[in-house]
Amino acid sequence: MASIIRKIWDRHVVTEREGGLCLLYLDRHLVHEVTSPQAFEALRLAGRNVRRPLSLMAVPDHNVPTSPDRLETIEDPDSRLQLETLRENTREAGIPFFDMDDIRQGIVHVTGPENGLILPGVTAVCGDSHTSTLGAFGAVAFGIGTSEVEHALATQTLWQTRPREMRITATGALGSGVSAKDLILAIIAKIGAGGGTGYAIEYAGEAVRGLSMEARMTICNMTIEAGGRFGMVAPDETTFAYLKGRPAAPGPGLWDTAVADWKTLFSDDDGSFDREESIDAARIVPQVTWGTSPEDSLPVTGVVPDPAGHPDPRVRERMERALRYMDLRPGTRLTDIPIDKVFIGSCTNARIEDLRAAANVAKGKKVAGGVTAMVVPGSGLVKQQAEAEGLDKIFLDAGFQWRLPGCSMCLGMNPDRLKPGERCASTSNRNFEGRQGPGGRTHLMSPMMAAAAAVAGKITDVREVL
Amino acid sequence: MIEKFDTLKAVAIPLDRGNVDTDAIIPARFLKTIKRTGLGEGLFYAWRFDDQGKEVPEFVLNKAPYRGGKILVTGENFGCGSSREHAVWSLMDYGIRVVIAPSFGDIFYSNGLKNGLLPVRLAPAKVRELLSQVQEAPGSMISADLPSQKVTGPDGTVYGFDVGSFPKECLIKGLDEIALTLEHEGEIERYERGGKTKTPWLFLDI
Ligand code: SF4
Repeated sequence: MASIIRKIWDRHVVTEREGGLCLLYLDRHLVHEVTSPQAFEALRLAGRNVRRPLSLMAVPDHNVPTSPDRLETIEDPDSRLQLETLRENTREAGIPFFDMDDIRQGIVHVTGPENGLILPGVTAVCGDSHTSTLGAFGAVAFGIGTSEVEHALATQTLWQTRPREMRITATGALGSGVSAKDLILAIIAKIGAGGGTGYAIEYAGEAVRGLSMEARMTICNMTIEAGGRFGMVAPDETTFAYLKGRPAAPGPGLWDTAVADWKTLFSDDDGSFDREESIDAARIVPQVTWGTSPEDSLPVTGVVPDPAGHPDPRVRERMERALRYMDLRPGTRLTDIPIDKVFIGSCTNARIEDLRAAANVAKGKKVAGGVTAMVVPGSGLVKQQAEAEGLDKIFLDAGFQWRLPGCSMCLGMNPDRLKPGERCASTSNRNFEGRQGPGGRTHLMSPMMAAAAAVAGKITDVREVL
Repeated sequence: MIEKFDTLKAVAIPLDRGNVDTDAIIPARFLKTIKRTGLGEGLFYAWRFDDQGKEVPEFVLNKAPYRGGKILVTGENFGCGSSREHAVWSLMDYGIRVVIAPSFGDIFYSNGLKNGLLPVRLAPAKVRELLSQVQEAPGSMISADLPSQKVTGPDGTVYGFDVGSFPKECLIKGLDEIALTLEHEGEIERYERGGKTKTPWLFLDI
């Protein structure tokens, strides 16, 4: 009797030391250009090899420009060098690599799953905190630093302490105009940005069961924004249907055996969780963040909070700082906040269903004057699918930019950035100070909400325009 | 590439903020390097420097008594957010070797130990005590003793802290963790042989 977290964990323990420190075997390791160069270099210096190169996949995403001419020129020499270094390192080690001109190139957490690399019951790591996304398949998937990337490359294992286990049960069903993004923002607001520290989180309940794989990825993606070590949804028919026929998923010869095994991956009902939380999905309304932590999320029907009302002076101080940075006044209705930019993209919300939901709102409308809005598909395959469905046309007609896949404006690392003082309605996952560019101001929300904001030129309750 | 850590007595820097994320510690535009060195320049960049690149005099790191400080005392959930190890590299490149906080982002905590930056978790009230002491007497020293797992405040109060025995040993002796793991090579191979029979679909080449 055990939780799904423990079941998968136990399967992967190569050896265990005192204090629950386990040498965990890794089935999958995804690699991108930013957090890997120092790891490959250290391996080389130590004369070590990559142990199982064909269990890995590498893709450039953080640095890549999203403009159509990116194959000809990448202006920034540092970005160019980092991309070239990844190309060289993966070639030398024999690691499958989806380069910029490959239709499969995209944000690493989008690319991995859509190619069937992430399966129920696997352990998966990547030098990126949003590796938690992959837990949507019923996998133990977590982000690691560069030293651990090096260790994983060399040994196919990592030393990890057992996590504490939390289950978050979402009852009911999400209403119209309300998405997985709103659910996870509401969860983070409830448990706090540090609320999941030390925990692995299983998301359960009928609201989660009712979600598509892509929506489950959105939920697991932001587990790290609550501080969680990894997030997970137990696999079910939705999972199997998604995986069947994907390139790296088990083929016909092994499929039935694999599914039979995957069906054993669920939490036994023996109350073994260290902590249980629940949330009523039916009561959730579209969410927007007002501050500089993902926990600063409110229903769009609300107002900017007043620090003066908070009893704890330290919280008060933090709120005041956030309001100064965001240039907002307490009591302002969220729907009265004008925006300059709209970013629809990132590993949280750049899959095909996200783009469909946003296009559905934008269809036949126009981006408000003075607003720059961009849509950045999560991968070349997502882009191709969207174009086959005519979504690009809907966006372009409405005045959105339709760009090439990458992390784009989720972080200020490639040419897509906010200018100081600019305010952005963003479907990404972090509203930290300067995250989208120095001095930039981020309001996190769902793709539908971001599309509605683009059209209205201000934060808008999408339920009123649907 | 772990830098040994044993004991350290140094000026403590009070950074009285919670949820200091790794984007604040080192903004993304500094991550384009393929090296581990030289990142101290970008440390807390948006707080340390203004738009013109001039130092912000009010920011704690820029105040005279704290310059050269090697121990950071700060709020809860320090190092949350991105997994970038550059956060640890930039702190260390700047000279900081110990961070004392009520809690840390899990990945940051582990990144610290792997490089030789000691993260010390203390109860919130104890961190408050240390913060107010170093704020009241700028330039005062804290000492950190890893072998005995103790931190001593400016007023001589001793605080015990927890750290895993394996990372502790690696840190004190400067051990190469990969070499230690490779001593388990036989067990790893045995695991793989078993896996190929039980879950063969996980051993197909991508
Ligand atoms: S889209 Fe954003 S959060 Fe996701 S991997 Fe890229 S930079 Fe990180």
